[in-house]
Amino acid sequence: MTVLVLLLVTIYLTLLIHVVPGDAAKTLLGPRANADLIAKTRAAMNLDKPVIAQVGLALWDVLHGSLGTDVFSGRPLNEIVGAALPHTLILAWTSLGLAVLLGVPLGVYSATHPDSWLDRITAVISISFITIPSYVGGLFLLLLFAVQLKVMPAIGLGVRGDVPDYLRHLILPAVALAITWVGYLARLVRASLLEVLNQTYIRAHMAAGLSQRLISYKYALKNALIPTVAVLGIGVGNLMAGAVFVELIFSRPGMGTLIYNGIQSRNFPVVRAGVLVVAFLFVTANLLADLLYTYLDPRIQLDKTRG
Amino acid sequence: MQYVARPANRYQQFLNRIPVLGDVLRRPLGALGFVIVLAFIVMVIFAPLLTPYSYEEQDIPSMLQGPSQAHWLGTDHLGRDLWARIVFGARIALGVAVPAVGIALVGGVSLGLLAGYLGGLVDDVALVIFDSLQAFPAVILALAILTLLGSSLRNVIIVIGLAWTPGYARITRAQVLSARQEQYVEVERSLGANQTRILFRHILPNVVAPLLILAAMDLPVVITFEAGLSFLGLGVRPPTPSWGVILSDGFNFIRHSPWPITWAGLTLIIVTLGFTLFGETLRDVLDPRLSGSRGA
Repeated sequence: MTVLVLLLVTIYLTLLIHVVPGDAAKTLLGPRANADLIAKTRAAMNLDKPVIAQVGLALWDVLHGSLGTDVFSGRPLNEIVGAALPHTLILAWTSLGLAVLLGVPLGVYSATHPDSWLDRITAVISISFITIPSYVGGLFLLLLFAVQLKVMPAIGLGVRGDVPDYLRHLILPAVALAITWVGYLARLVRASLLEVLNQTYIRAHMAAGLSQRLISYKYALKNALIPTVAVLGIGVGNLMAGAVFVELIFSRPGMGTLIYNGIQSRNFPVVRAGVLVVAFLFVTANLLADLLYTYLDPRIQLDKTRG
Repeated sequence: MQYVARPANRYQQFLNRIPVLGDVLRRPLGALGFVIVLAFIVMVIFAPLLTPYSYEEQDIPSMLQGPSQAHWLGTDHLGRDLWARIVFGARIALGVAVPAVGIALVGGVSLGLLAGYLGGLVDDVALVIFDSLQAFPAVILALAILTLLGSSLRNVIIVIGLAWTPGYARITRAQVLSARQEQYVEVERSLGANQTRILFRHILPNVVAPLLILAAMDLPVVITFEAGLSFLGLGVRPPTPSWGVILSDGFNFIRHSPWPITWAGLTLIIVTLGFTLFGETLRDVLDPRLSGSRGA
């Protein structure tokens, strides 16, 4: 199923060029276009072959782990994507980590202290956080900490090889991406933990005299986190989407910037490679979440009920 | 059930007389959401009455000012009044979101009904196509299509509609599958009703109700999505005052004035919050079983 989806994505991306009004090679070359260059570019992009052959070649490449070649620079796209991907992955994982570190404890506290004042504040904060789009969060953080207070670096990755500097440049973008998920996880964990805490086995533990803290963290949380795991799979995909904005706002290299620049310069091979890799990550993350899900809760069977 | 008659104040009595909205307004967060949504709608309808300025009138000498008596929220880099741009931006936000969600709803429901009801190979193929369209973030799909089509208000609406269609189709399909098993459908079938009648008279109404709530809750998501595309320069074109365009202009002058970003960002957050609070409360009131589930 996963492989099929990725192959279909490849086919769409190849066909997409033919939906463009005008000649893709000509648009790519812009004012430099002359008949000779256009013919060369068309050949390099396989545009001179029949559509079926183009789709076939694209699938062949993908199945062999090659993303093709950048027509502009002649560099293999694996290399270009390989240079951008780690920055996006580091950004996405850091913000996911931040979201889990902040969101899960908030949710646990709310569920174990229902209707306390902190629970109510958390409820309002979570909803507000969920409604902050990553680009607004990013712009506000940039405005406050980099432009007004000048305590954080505004743009880029930092000095090459300087790890503390890299981390300092990572803070604002990662927080901007994490904000939505902190709120989302807090609400999700609260809801599922409240449900679990009402179940018989938890009351049995209480009757046996186990401490509240032990019950909450050791027995209840484990089951309450199952829905969270499924949502985190989807989360990786959403983080990728948010990364487009955050990378542009903080001028960070990465998949978002790569795809955006590719689109701006009409460089379709780059766009195709970038989107394909993002789709691959998205689908893999969902698959991993599904597998983890069945491992955590053996009652759930994969595949039987799709939809 | 209430056994003891409590003296109800006039506000409570008033609420009791309104069927659904009364229940929403009784909850504090629902009431807050309603007030924000109402304010937003007032902005959309009465935009020209709310400001003496036009959204495109430039006044270069007074550019990038902070809030003042003349310009309540300040001015942007061309000296345009920010309050006027934000008020008129509400029209763009709603003018994109409603038709876009409409397209997704009509397209998604039709495809979902077909896939779910026909079943078999059609269903399998449809499901794979829905999955593959949702295999990458909607922003990237929209960016790619908009670059090809060129950015305009109409294209943004079409692209958002397309991007949201597979989600609605999946949910419709799932609803149809479960509705098909229901006794009332079996009864109809045994009475000799034909397929079209069962599909449109019996299954469709049951499928549409939860989808309408979902569509209402998707409005704020679509509003932020449009603003995001416009922020990237691929949505609504300047000088049309989309909130995303205001943010994008503000980003270019971030070192000179904090106001455009601050106001446009806050507006987006408040409007989204209002719609979300109102939508969630409405959902809880209308159908408590749905609480916590969210598609797409």
